Amino acid sequence: MRVVVVGAGPAGLAAARAAARQGASTVLVDAEPSAGGQYHRGENVVVPQGVEHLANTTVWAVEGTRLHLRTGPADAPDRVARVLDCDALVLATGAHDRALPFPGWDLPGVVTAGAAQAMAKAHGVAVGRRVVVAGTGPFLLPVADALRKLGVDVVEVLEAGSPLAWAREPAGVFAGRGKLAEIARYRAVLPRYHTRSTVVAAHGENRVTAVTVAKLDRDWRVRPGTERRIEVDAVCTGFGFTPRLELAVAAGCLVDKGFVRVDDRQTTSVPNVYAAGEITGIGGADLARVEGEIAGTCAAGGTPSASLLKTAHRGRVFAAALDRVSSVRPGWRTWPDERTLVCRCEEVDLAALRTAVEEHAALGLRSLKLTCRVGLGLCQGRVCLRNAAELAGIPHDADRVSRRPIAAPLRLGELADTPLTPALEE
Amino acid sequence: MVSGLAHPDVVVVGAGIVGAACAEALTAAGLRVLVLDRGPLAAGTTAAGEGNVLVSDKEPGPELALARASRERWPRLLAELDADVEWEEKGGLVVATTPEAVEPLHRFAQAQREVGVDACTLTPAEARALEPHLTPEVTTAVHYVEDAQLNPVLAATTLLAAVRRRGGETRPFVEVSDVDGERKVTGVRTPQGTIPCHAVVNACGPWSGSLTAKAPLPIMPRRGIVLVTAPLPTVVRHKVYDADYVGAVASGDAALQTSGVVESTRAGTVLIGSSRQRVGFTERFEVPVLKALARKAITLFPALAGVPVMRAYGGFRPYAPDHLPVIGEDPRLPGLWHATGHEGAGIGLAAATGLLVADLLTGRTPHVDPEPFRVDRPEVMVA
Amino acid sequence: MKVTVDGTAVLARPGQTVAAALLAAGRTAWRDTRGAGRPRGLFCGIGVCFDCLVVVNGVPDVRACQRVLADGDDVRTQHGAELPR
Ligand SMILES: Cc1cc2nc3c(=O)[nH]c(=O)nc-3n(C[C@H](O)[C@@H](O)[C@H](O)COP(=O)(O)OP(=O)(O)OC[C@H]3O[C@@H](n4cnc5c(N)ncnc54)[C@H](O)[C@@H]3O)c2cc1C
Ligand SMILES: Cc1cc2nc3c(=O)[nH]c(=O)nc-3n(C[C@H](O)[C@H](O)[C@H](O)COP(=O)(O)OP(=O)(O)OC[C@H]3O[C@@H](n4cnc5c(N)ncnc54)[C@H](O)[C@@H]3O)c2cc1C
Ligand code: FES
Repeated sequence: MRVVVVGAGPAGLAAARAAARQGASTVLVDAEPSAGGQYHRGENVVVPQGVEHLANTTVWAVEGTRLHLRTGPADAPDRVARVLDCDALVLATGAHDRALPFPGWDLPGVVTAGAAQAMAKAHGVAVGRRVVVAGTGPFLLPVADALRKLGVDVVEVLEAGSPLAWAREPAGVFAGRGKLAEIARYRAVLPRYHTRSTVVAAHGENRVTAVTVAKLDRDWRVRPGTERRIEVDAVCTGFGFTPRLELAVAAGCLVDKGFVRVDDRQTTSVPNVYAAGEITGIGGADLARVEGEIAGTCAAGGTPSASLLKTAHRGRVFAAALDRVSSVRPGWRTWPDERTLVCRCEEVDLAALRTAVEEHAALGLRSLKLTCRVGLGLCQGRVCLRNAAELAGIPHDADRVSRRPIAAPLRLGELADTPLTPALEE
Repeated sequence: MVSGLAHPDVVVVGAGIVGAACAEALTAAGLRVLVLDRGPLAAGTTAAGEGNVLVSDKEPGPELALARASRERWPRLLAELDADVEWEEKGGLVVATTPEAVEPLHRFAQAQREVGVDACTLTPAEARALEPHLTPEVTTAVHYVEDAQLNPVLAATTLLAAVRRRGGETRPFVEVSDVDGERKVTGVRTPQGTIPCHAVVNACGPWSGSLTAKAPLPIMPRRGIVLVTAPLPTVVRHKVYDADYVGAVASGDAALQTSGVVESTRAGTVLIGSSRQRVGFTERFEVPVLKALARKAITLFPALAGVPVMRAYGGFRPYAPDHLPVIGEDPRLPGLWHATGHEGAGIGLAAATGLLVADLLTGRTPHVDPEPFRVDRPEVMVA
Repeated sequence: MKVTVDGTAVLARPGQTVAAALLAAGRTAWRDTRGAGRPRGLFCGIGVCFDCLVVVNGVPDVRACQRVLADGDDVRTQHGAELPR
């Protein structure tokens, strides 16, 4: 039996290890040059015994349990094609940072918190010398700390929400006591940590040179009169994470409240397709690992242990509490001004979005996209569509936002030459 | 639900390009119109359309007559409404790439010229002067200056905005479950209650066959998929398609058919069609279809081989068994009017269709011969 | 490893991405948008946002944060939408 795991982050690695241990012929596919995903980036991750690791390999389409792959340097026109069939598929494609628009967020030097982290971890490169980190959630602290270790002056770390909200989550606190204790690790940056605050504008001509920060009320509206200007050469921003759902959606998996729906065995709504890690809910690397182990075990026909299932359950209690505590509040919609780009790729500003809604009554995602071009650029709405729908007041299902049958771009010539079935030796 | 129009003269069901054009023409004729759609406005097949307003792909006959009337009406209508819907008179170029395809294409163009279509036969060198990136394999081409393009969603929403300005109403997210009335229409049924009216226009696109069991239509979906490239500098200037396209359009075959259809949009992306498949309302994307489209596009424009494809999307062309639109009153239920079955040409044909519906409904002299599109033709009454 | 960036020789370490090398060399922007010509550089860092596009060996639309440099690579700024060479 063959199990294919897509994504070599904590979830995918654990899934591949478990599947191989069950005796399944296991293939681990990831677009990155080395295994590890976002969490283990830059570490020397050893691929589990008996697992065939296809690095530099992008899954650009999925048809049932058939995967279409390209291996080679990113975006090169001459990558090697391969078609892979499997008996069971584990999707562990992770998440990316959610960025919210504010005036100047498209200036060079404004990056996501994850981008700063990835540059620091994989390459030891700092995104700036004097930096503000702003957003929401516990991820801001390790990012600030990683920058500090590179000698960056982390001027402030701004949390838009209030961690006091944990007071209403006793069960979550208990389930995540280990995780929460980790915060002590970041004591070096804690003195710079401010809550109910964020960056509301970035200034500069060809790159960011300063930001305006402000205090926020409970709903994240700016409290007038609290604005301050800070000179910086970079801003790191992250408002939680958005799961990378395109492969799951293309495989036909049901998506519920923004994430792939799974049962306690990580089974999706599609037979023989499993999902694990951040695409099933944002719970951090530890939970991703546990879910991966369950998914890999089940995909290969095994039975996960009761203690493993219990650990996963505890992780989910914490994840659910984390989601409530660090949820994005609607007041962010007052941050962008008329000229602020909502869609960076197609350079659609808020005024254009408003015109589409008010004059053209574009009340659905598809009509909104086609009237003002929001979300139609190269990123295919990964960065903006969720924000655009919220700004337009359009109800949006994650599966609609994530419908991308071509999960990663490929060159037209590659598509024209693509093999349709696995090579004979497969 | 906001109150709005309590007693519309006409209820138009379906806010696609066809429903929008009907509503526009009906309000222009002074009628009070309510447009209902179960989804958002202009989010059905219309949002999948490439927006071509073509005469080039039609052989002499009733559809060409409707197409020519529509091609004439679109720019006038847009001027009347003072609307920018990315209208572009870019022209079409039909290209043959084999020696065998030359003669049939020339014959096709000759027949069109005889009924007044501006179809100009070009040498390979002339074709490549018009389209510098065109394959050197071109054996002949025909240039259709009348072929034009618009943005279908902008066009539909603009027409609907005009409807609202004239006192009509557009109500998204209201599904019509049936048409009321025994001998004639008395209203439409919705989950929010019955809306009384004496005339209903069925503009439900590929779903129009089952609007009411009292008057079913044999309208079926024909799946089409389009590839979209990354934004590019200008590579393709006209709508360019392979001469085998005309055969594929007219075919009734259920199997997959593809032919090369390539054009740029104002945003810089290149749209690549066209596939035709009768597979019901499936949302699945099959790699073999995507591959076939890519191959055919590169055959026409080898320079596109290195360009990223960023998206594929699909839609369902509403077609009738004889591949002609169905426009007119249903004799089985007077007061029920159909405007559907436009298949792969509904964007182009909408302007003339809307006017024709308004002509017939108000008793004016029809601006094109309605006979070939009538509802009680045998091909449509089989249901 | 030696690569060129907009015609200038730059040293790079094996395994380094185009974006890492550019940032290490002090560049924050290496693309301009096709509409307003706005400068852009790194944003998401993991291949999702397509903001960091560069032209590598004549091929445009290459994500700088994903592309690992190879010895001798010729990298240059991408101006709006470009056609492959
Ligand atoms: C940029 C970034 C940096 C982060 N850094 C940290 C950190 O330092 N510490 C921390 O605690 N948390 C970090 N996180 C949070 C992160 O989500 C972790 O919780 C953890 O890595 C999640 O594990 P996962 O296995 O679910 O997914 P990931 O680790 O995200 O792994 C998913 C993998 O799937 C691959 N993939 C996705 N789609 C495809 C495809 N179509 N074809 C091929 N491969 C594909 C990706 O390349 C990726 O390697 C970071 C998140 C981001 C976005
Ligand atoms: C890939 C593709 C490319 C195309 N390219 C072109 C082109 O270049 N040029 C061209 O002319 N044509 C083109 N077409 C064809 C064109 O898109 C269609 O002919 C046209 O959009 C049909 O419009 P419509 O208004 O009839 O249908 P639709 O746009 O589908 O509108 C019907 C509406 O009715 C609503 N509805 C259905 N049932 C109900 C109900 N019971 N109650 C309430 N509302 C209901 C739906 O929600 C929908 O919004 C293309 C089609 C496809 C698929
Ligand atoms: S920085 Fe987002 S794709 Fe490279």
